[in-house]
Amino acid sequence: MKRLLTVFGITAASLLAQWGGELRFCLRSDPKTFNPLLVEDEASETVRYLTGGVLIRVNRLTQELEPELATSWKISQQGRAITFQLRRGVSFSDGTPFTADDVAYTMHALMDPALHSPTGDSFRSAPGDVQTTVPAPDRITIVFPAPVAGLDRLFDQVAILSSRSPKKEAATLGPFVVSRYTPGTEVVLERNPQYWKTDAGGRRLPYLDAIHLDIQQNREIELVRFLRGELQLINTIDPEMFSRLSKQEPAMARDAGPSLESEMIWFNQNPSAPLPDYEKSWFRSQNFRRAISAAINRADICRIVYYGHAQPAVGPVSPANRFWFNAALKSHPFDPKDALARLARDGFELNNGVLRDHDGHAVEFSLITNSGNKAREQMAAMIQQDLAAIGIKLNIVTLDFRSLIERISQSSHYEACLLGLTNYDLDPSSQMNVWLSSAENHQWYPNQKKPATPWEAEIDRLMQAQAAAVVPAKRKAYFDQVQEIVSDQAPFLYLVTKDSLSAVSPAVQNVQPAMIRPQTYWNAERLALAPAQLARNAR
Amino acid sequence: MKRARNIAAGVLILIFAASLLAGFVAPAPYAAQFRDLVSAPASRRFWLGTDELGRDRWSRLLYGTRISLLLAPAAAMLATFLAVVIGGVAGYAGGWCDRVIRRVIDLFLSLPWLFLFLIVRSLLPLDATPLTSVIVTFTIMGLVGWAPAARIIRAGAQSLRNSDLVLHARACGCHGLRLVLVHIAPGLKPVIFAQFWIAIPTFILGEASLGLIGLGVAEPLPSWGNLLRELANPQSVMSNPWILAPLAVLVIVVSCFQLLLPEREFVS
Repeated sequence: MKRLLTVFGITAASLLAQWGGELRFCLRSDPKTFNPLLVEDEASETVRYLTGGVLIRVNRLTQELEPELATSWKISQQGRAITFQLRRGVSFSDGTPFTADDVAYTMHALMDPALHSPTGDSFRSAPGDVQTTVPAPDRITIVFPAPVAGLDRLFDQVAILSSRSPKKEAATLGPFVVSRYTPGTEVVLERNPQYWKTDAGGRRLPYLDAIHLDIQQNREIELVRFLRGELQLINTIDPEMFSRLSKQEPAMARDAGPSLESEMIWFNQNPSAPLPDYEKSWFRSQNFRRAISAAINRADICRIVYYGHAQPAVGPVSPANRFWFNAALKSHPFDPKDALARLARDGFELNNGVLRDHDGHAVEFSLITNSGNKAREQMAAMIQQDLAAIGIKLNIVTLDFRSLIERISQSSHYEACLLGLTNYDLDPSSQMNVWLSSAENHQWYPNQKKPATPWEAEIDRLMQAQAAAVVPAKRKAYFDQVQEIVSDQAPFLYLVTKDSLSAVSPAVQNVQPAMIRPQTYWNAERLALAPAQLARNAR
Repeated sequence: MKRARNIAAGVLILIFAASLLAGFVAPAPYAAQFRDLVSAPASRRFWLGTDELGRDRWSRLLYGTRISLLLAPAAAMLATFLAVVIGGVAGYAGGWCDRVIRRVIDLFLSLPWLFLFLIVRSLLPLDATPLTSVIVTFTIMGLVGWAPAARIIRAGAQSLRNSDLVLHARACGCHGLRLVLVHIAPGLKPVIFAQFWIAIPTFILGEASLGLIGLGVAEPLPSWGNLLRELANPQSVMSNPWILAPLAVLVIVVSCFQLLLPEREFVS
């Protein structure tokens, strides 16, 4: 019913939408590339999203797959192959017709090892070449060397290139085309006159004539310009600014609920780390990790650091990820008594306000985080006070990001680390590099030759099983078990899941902020400006 | 003028005493978080309100004053001492010695010292206390912050060396250390003092900036530097004017130090 109402709302809004005008919002940096296959940074991702045409799109609101340039698709050979039926009568922005050859060209370019495409990495499940078969101009079968988990979803990131256009990647199939780029100043996108989508009245989308992406690093300036009416969107805004905006202009502040971003702590469990043996034994203890988790008041962190725009985190998957989130997981409640009881099981004892282990070592460790991140510094200070209540002395050490990465990934010279995690990809297969014990980003003990613990071996097995399974429900069942093990063993202590916060001017119509990026302009082709804003643009 | 000096001295003594006795004067520990009263306005309980974590600003200001008022002048003294030695030798000796030292000063002014701080921070042991961290920071600031002052002191020493006063002293048979201590050093005193007072707020604000790369005073220890970081947000200044208190104390302290400066200018 809710979905029906949404569809009805969009259709009604479409009929009322005004044509023309320029939407303006900010990029935080210059795009590093305009080649959609080489996108790594957020600014380039924005340009790719607004200009690139894809075969399948993840609807950011419903998180369901929707046909775009492919009208239908079918996965076969146990997830190794996918066949697309393509939309007919579609052209690139320069008028070159779109055919299955363009899809084949894009896939071969994407999978070319010499290109080092970050998007292509998601498809590389085994060594070998991708094979394409084009039985008709509107039909293509792509065969990968090995099964690829969540294969169809990955095509949301693949912008199709033209194999024949002389304009190369400048010829696009998305709603906009890049018309001007002034380094350090702006990227201007103009409507794609050949865009294939139409509105309910049959008129060719997008509604907007252009999108101006101003390059602006300073978030304070961005907010001031937004409040002056010079910008119409802020795609993501930090909680402190959001709180100020809510007081000043409540209608413009939009909280879409939990996002995919979370903050977490982990302890260094690497046996070769240059730490005293007694500390390593603390960090390897499930009771110790769960006790620390129970001693942290997450609700206070959400209320104070995030101004109420965050939720205590439950596990490795955010509730924003509707399909993969394990709703059966129980959160670790704030309970200092339970924390002390768990510690007592391992022989720890609280005497005169100091917690000591069974050998008499006072429990003291450092928590590293990156400097300049106010929210993390505040969280660390709050955790410091929470742990002091159970007799633990926590030293906060803020390091520049490079030194921090060097410590956690190379020298392993740290005790605990506080960092954030963002999963842009909803599918758990994108997290294989975190969960497999042999993986480089298995932060608490990376690059294991064989799993150090039985529960890590079990996670390895379940992750491989979910990647090999084709049926989504079966994959979900495997990954639910992974989430349960992670919640129980607590190698990562998940602290908070941040809300997806944005600022939207009433001058923009049809905006429906979503929990996953791009939060505000995911339906860019249907965004329109209100008549007052159009008149202002004209002036 | 003498009255103003006495008032300045009195104010400085009062501020020093309050900060040294922070343990007795402060109504709450500097790290205590009153989580139900975050960003509270000034009240009878919290004279300057509370910060974003619910910590009493007045208590933090007292403890922060202790840190900054002891360590910033110490670093300024170290930097000024080096500047006097290096700049004084260059200005007095002249010739090739002056040329070499001027090049060294230029080199020091052009080097990106931020990287030295980053390296030091990454080399510091993780269990270093916040106090150790801040002492190391101020020491390095003192060791690398002498160059601007040295350039000015060199110019002053050179000017004095060629002055009629020193020529007359030389003609009367005064040489070596006696000439430096009796005739040149007193003439340089106002310049040296001015450089010392200027260095204090520079180092305090430098510490505030270093906080952004994790080299300032670590949480939960307060300092003027990290208290001043609250001013980075102009909106919160408008709504919470009491967060200007550390800035007011800084201005008062620097003004008092300036009033205590010797009045006499050096003789050229």
